[in-house]
Amino acid sequence: MEVLTFPAVLENLPRFVESVRAGAESFGLNRKKVQRLELALEEALVNVASYAYPQGTGSVEVRFECRNESDFVVEIIDQGAPFDILARTDPDTTQDIDERKIGGLGILLIKEVLDHVDYRREAGKNILTFTLAKEGM
Amino acid sequence: MNIVTKKDEKAMIVSLEGRMDALSSPEFEKEMNGLVDKDETLLVVDCSNLEYISSSGLRSILTVAKKLKTRNGRILLASLTDMVKEVFEISGFSNIIPIHSSLEDALADL
Repeated sequence: MEVLTFPAVLENLPRFVESVRAGAESFGLNRKKVQRLELALEEALVNVASYAYPQGTGSVEVRFECRNESDFVVEIIDQGAPFDILARTDPDTTQDIDERKIGGLGILLIKEVLDHVDYRREAGKNILTFTLAKEGM
Repeated sequence: MNIVTKKDEKAMIVSLEGRMDALSSPEFEKEMNGLVDKDETLLVVDCSNLEYISSSGLRSILTVAKKLKTRNGRILLASLTDMVKEVFEISGFSNIIPIHSSLEDALADL
């Protein structure tokens, strides 16, 4: 398992994404899934950078590994206030330009592009788990 | 992300190259707002070299589109690549921002 820890600021985004992408590619995840993973990673990291530490900054930990030779699993861990992103209501994607609100899209994208996503709260941490299977599109 | 603008007789053509993410979207939004403030209210964005877009990018596009609407202007996108198109579809943006398969088609739609 690879573990990376950085201050949760936007400037670190490319570094995180690059490291996880390299891991996913060596695992053999197909190109489409790697692209989707990058997107979900950005959305999750931007959420942590924007909301997890209202009092200042904190760190975010990203762990990734291959499980059972069939799944690429990424965990994004922060020590911010409890925040279950999966419990949020999705934005209404049928609204027209005047009605559409600016927020909420990041979480929707995370939920839609991964094979599986999980949230748990443990020991004062938010743990978001992404799973992508080697098989399938 | 690289942003190149070129004035065409019908519209301002904005060519994007690279990735529109949380780091590059603010620059895009600022530059588009700048164009609108200079009365360039017909924007056609050539996305053939846009590799990636995240929700930050969508937010910037929506902000610009809303601003243009108040000025009776329009923003159209052309030549979306696969992943970018997928993001537009998931978010429902493909229903609110006109998307064309080529720059020529977008210009013909003006």
